[in-house]
Amino acid sequence: MIYLDHNASTPIRPEAREAMLACLTDLHANPSSAHREGQRARAAIERAREQVAALVHALPDEVVFLSGGTEGDHEALIGAAWAMEARGRRVAISAIEHHAVHGAAEVLERTGFSIEHLAATAEGFVDPRAVDLLPRDVTVIALMLANNETGVIQPVAEVAERAAARGMRVHCDAVQAAGKIPIDARALGADYLVISAHKLGGPKGIGALIVRRGAPLEPLLRGSGHERGRRGGTENLAGIVGFGVAAEHAAAELDAERERLIGLRARLETGLRDAAADVVIHGARAPRLPNTVNASFPGARSDHLLMALDARGVAVSAGAACASGAVEPSPVLSAMGVARELAVSALRFSLGRTTTQDELERALALIAEAVRAARSASAAIP
Amino acid sequence: MSGGVDSGVAAALMAEAGHDLTGVTLKLWCYGKTPLSPRACCTLDAIADAQSVARRMGFPHYVVEAEEVFRARVLQPFLDDYAAGRTPYPCALCNQHLKFGDLIARLDVAGAGTLVTGHYARIGRDAAGAPALLRAADPAKDQSYALALMPYAALARVAFPLGDLHKDEVRAHGRRLRLSLWDKPESMDLCFVPDGDYAGFITKNLGETRGTSPGPIEDQEGRRVGTHRGILRYTVGQRRGIGVTAGEPLYVLAIDAARDAVTVGPKAALDRPGLVTTPVNWLVSSPPAPGTRVTAKVRYQHHPAPAAIEPLDGGAIEVRFDQPQSAITPGQLCVLYDGDRVLGGASIAHALGAAPPAAAMPAAVAARA
Repeated sequence: MIYLDHNASTPIRPEAREAMLACLTDLHANPSSAHREGQRARAAIERAREQVAALVHALPDEVVFLSGGTEGDHEALIGAAWAMEARGRRVAISAIEHHAVHGAAEVLERTGFSIEHLAATAEGFVDPRAVDLLPRDVTVIALMLANNETGVIQPVAEVAERAAARGMRVHCDAVQAAGKIPIDARALGADYLVISAHKLGGPKGIGALIVRRGAPLEPLLRGSGHERGRRGGTENLAGIVGFGVAAEHAAAELDAERERLIGLRARLETGLRDAAADVVIHGARAPRLPNTVNASFPGARSDHLLMALDARGVAVSAGAACASGAVEPSPVLSAMGVARELAVSALRFSLGRTTTQDELERALALIAEAVRAARSASAAIP
Repeated sequence: MSGGVDSGVAAALMAEAGHDLTGVTLKLWCYGKTPLSPRACCTLDAIADAQSVARRMGFPHYVVEAEEVFRARVLQPFLDDYAAGRTPYPCALCNQHLKFGDLIARLDVAGAGTLVTGHYARIGRDAAGAPALLRAADPAKDQSYALALMPYAALARVAFPLGDLHKDEVRAHGRRLRLSLWDKPESMDLCFVPDGDYAGFITKNLGETRGTSPGPIEDQEGRRVGTHRGILRYTVGQRRGIGVTAGEPLYVLAIDAARDAVTVGPKAALDRPGLVTTPVNWLVSSPPAPGTRVTAKVRYQHHPAPAAIEPLDGGAIEVRFDQPQSAITPGQLCVLYDGDRVLGGASIAHALGAAPPAAAMPAAVAARA
């Protein structure tokens, strides 16, 4: 199987796996326990906190471990909105946010908050000037660092600067960006930043919310004082340890890997144009992640393309999935104003650490074949 | 894979036999969050059941969006038929367009050579070696009637692993293979109308207004004997719910959409010597000669009756039965058999001895829609 779905999840780094196995073998105590066994477990967590903080140039005490991107987005958006409720009951999110942010906004809406949406341009990013036009009672603005479907990098620093001038806080979902592009939490200026371990070679089920010192935040999960009172619940020790090691390796490899992936992405895009001259690459003129290509193949349905590629040994992803599992047009592409005929024929290719030049060449031949098969099926089916 | 026992076991048997399988469930209907009957075959739970068969047997499974095609090719004709006073048989259209149309077209996508379904029917060979659609071994479960509109070319590309099995054997296989769905109840109704209330579904869920206005119930002489509640609530041969009592039981004899009238009469008046079809879908290499003797089945539960066929213009045929048949219903299928072999099938246009209905949508009905 040629795996081109690294934005969904990427294989765990061997060093992270080894560290987790060692942790599961050696560290059995509760990190909150006062005895020295507990203190050993605590030390492993604090080591990982430093490693994760280093990846995004944050301070260790700004790192809150939690279960992953979805929880991080909920904690940040809801926790910040609650903490600033006296100032206003309105938050703003970009139209191209991950489902998790839309979900968190829904929770707020249920409790009487209003939601403002920031539109995306045709190239897939939010215009920072929109911040100046937001209603004054907006307390938090959510803007992701890089879009999971298109890879388009958002002008978070510009948005944060304008937000700060108006006394608004910024939440940045950096799940898809972390480990792929350099992140400096200070320079970015976001008050809340979410990253997830399994997108950068760590295990699933662990992530972190980086809360800038002084940023207001109410906890969602309460009842105990874990994570400095910001997230109750006994820590996912092995997950945190694996996350830390993965973050350290991702940081060390970042520059070289980025160069390598940009080269592979260029080859992929050339190959896609050879396979289908009319291919449309979404967000191609915007700054993008080095590993992500979202392309539409007019006349071929996404679900057919995905099935055809899967049958031929290439794993990719297509649009969004509805409750039944059927593929539906991506809301991100719709938000960019992509015509429905193109949106229903889009595929996301995402490269990663394990992707090789040779694999990519083989994949391109199979993609050409799959596009032909999907087009002839789609032509037969109205 | 609908999520039912039959398609689940059919798939599992093929996987067990070592075939390289790809599971597909067509998403025909937007399920939303509406609770449907557990017997319905198109719910989210049903998709989960299909997926669990795929996981247990170790083959990939996909849910494929087919809502638009289902609406255009199955639901809309279903509505149009009811509005025109016919009694449609949507399963045949679904088989024709979705299962043996679109899924066949998707075989190359999945890199597959054969389409496997859980239908009770068999594929055989005729004297010339061409594929033939045959009745199932289990007469109680035989679904060849519902398959009669499938494209002839599809016959060469399908497999029906359940065709030689009885239903209890199918369940036994399901149990042996530890499929969670092995003892699921049978689905008796249309998959998209799980509670069997067609009229309620058509008016409430689909917002249909044609065929819903009250109109006259007449006897055979044209005398008004009552008022009906909208023609879509009636079908030829129906006895219950007419709301008119006479000296003998009354049955619906005919529905005239142009006049919005329902004609009723005694059971004997349902007998007709034959019928005229719409253009026939032949499942033989060339259509049979005029006068060919067949047995013809005019509804799912009908026992095929001996008849002779005569070609008409435009690919339709006239079917003349040796003995008159009761309740020949426009919109239902007429399927022609030579022994166990299905020769072809078509929708019933009208019974012989009954006035042919207006071909197009009656203006009076359309105006009210």
